[in-house]
Amino acid sequence: MALLGVLLLLLLWELYRALGPQAGVEVGGQRVLPRADPRSMPGVLDVLRAVGDPEVAVPGSRTVGVAVLASAWGTLRMALGGWLLGAVVGVALAVAMQRFRLVERGLLPYVVLSQTVPIIAIAPLISGWGGRLQLTPTLSWQPWMSVVVISAYLAFCPVALGMLRGLQAPSAASAELFTSFAATSRQTLLRLRVPASLPFLVPALRLAAAQAVVGAIVAEISTGTRGGIGRLILQYAQQATSSPGRLYAAILGAALLGLVAAALVNLLDVLALRLGRSRAPRSAGGPTPTPLDPGTGGPT
Amino acid sequence: MSGAAAVEIRGLEQRFETARGSVHALSGIDLRIEAGSFVSLIGPSGCGKSTLLRCIADLVTPTAGEVVVGGTTARRARQEHHYGIAFQAAGLLDWRTVQRNVELPLELHGVGRRERAARAAHLLEMVGLADFARMRPTELSGGMQQRVAIARALAEEPPLLLMDEPFGALDEMTRERMQAELLAIRARTGTTVVFVTHSIAEAVFCSTQVVVMSARPGRIVRVVDVDLPTRDEDAREHPSFFAGITAVREALRGRGVRGVAAGLGGDDR
Repeated sequence: MALLGVLLLLLLWELYRALGPQAGVEVGGQRVLPRADPRSMPGVLDVLRAVGDPEVAVPGSRTVGVAVLASAWGTLRMALGGWLLGAVVGVALAVAMQRFRLVERGLLPYVVLSQTVPIIAIAPLISGWGGRLQLTPTLSWQPWMSVVVISAYLAFCPVALGMLRGLQAPSAASAELFTSFAATSRQTLLRLRVPASLPFLVPALRLAAAQAVVGAIVAEISTGTRGGIGRLILQYAQQATSSPGRLYAAILGAALLGLVAAALVNLLDVLALRLGRSRAPRSAGGPTPTPLDPGTGGPT
Repeated sequence: MSGAAAVEIRGLEQRFETARGSVHALSGIDLRIEAGSFVSLIGPSGCGKSTLLRCIADLVTPTAGEVVVGGTTARRARQEHHYGIAFQAAGLLDWRTVQRNVELPLELHGVGRRERAARAAHLLEMVGLADFARMRPTELSGGMQQRVAIARALAEEPPLLLMDEPFGALDEMTRERMQAELLAIRARTGTTVVFVTHSIAEAVFCSTQVVVMSARPGRIVRVVDVDLPTRDEDAREHPSFFAGITAVREALRGRGVRGVAAGLGGDDR
């Protein structure tokens, strides 16, 4: 079905190219429908052809398609780093906020507020500060590290909020039960709150993955870091007049990147589910798993 | 009755500070619960019977007074796993199997895997759920969940079992069956039970003493001794059962507390 949707969209695109007016449609000097000329709307085949073109007119140059895939891979790695860093920071903040009421009251508004700051504004700041860091005598701050940090800046928020909700999900009665067991706060965290938070954490991580990819692309563009798809989109956009298909090829690359990221998170979901099941093997041929009349509850 | 007190409460006062002022939940509570007895706390809503149970469990710290549990302070009794507790909501952890729910307190207190499994199997046998050990709590009916909660409360073979309306959410038939099962378990383990309930019939059927309380502030009105010849289903039709019900009802009305009869009408069967 998803594939059908894409095909339908491509068909619409081609249909408009074939039937739409070349100069677009203007109403009162305002263009309401786009131009249908090949420069504004390259054909599906043009885009596919651009993928096979050599990137520069030098013998032995890599093709546009290879460049797009290489850049997408570069961005994916940085986004993955941002996602992991964001998840770790998000979980740590959530645990601190759950544990200490004061931290929650002081921090929670800023976690939400942090996402209202435009990332384009903070990106140069982060790469500027990072540039002054010398991590170890031999390792200095690399531009890709800035991209990872900015990507994490977008990714940590859903994780912190989702995880906090999950940690707070157990009822007061459950918490009281653990108190009655004289459980330590660490035991209560690990045996009660963390397991209860998993159904909240997985969707939060999914959202964070999408945020991390967007963050990485925007960060590349605004810090001018090379080697990623964001940078490539910018570069091909400048070449759009001569070879309009390239820009779309790069955008397709970015979409592919998003799909791969989503697939990775789904994989995580499946793994988490399997882990949950293996911890509780269901007895084969046991009693039927439906609520039974309490009277039939075995020998009493 | 050994004569030793399982719980001894002297001059207990409980106030809660709320946004709308101070609430006097319990006042002048003196109560001695003998080891091996089954004591029910009954009274209208807001009489503080649950709060009193929570004081014994050290889930609430009294404003004033003394609570001695098993010869020591309520705090130490809790830390030394002197009691097991069951609430109206079974409060089982959905992600654990029935068996692992029963094992939970043992796991928290560092009991080895092998012994945990053996104890859980024994307890599930006792509450009649041996065949359900590997199922998830959500796959069980309300009555079965509550039995798992009772098995969990008994996991460490505590000398004291605290129960806060454990059968309150169950239908009448299941409820009576559960009461009989609880009495059977108690007969085998010799555990002292403190039992909060809304139901006069439930209190009289199960208890050796019924502590009748009144509201605002919560006080003990009277302690009714119940003496039934047997504790099986026939006991529910025995004259002494009805005599017990009458005595408790009189005590609930006796102090002229308005609304008591109405408040208990639903459970007063």
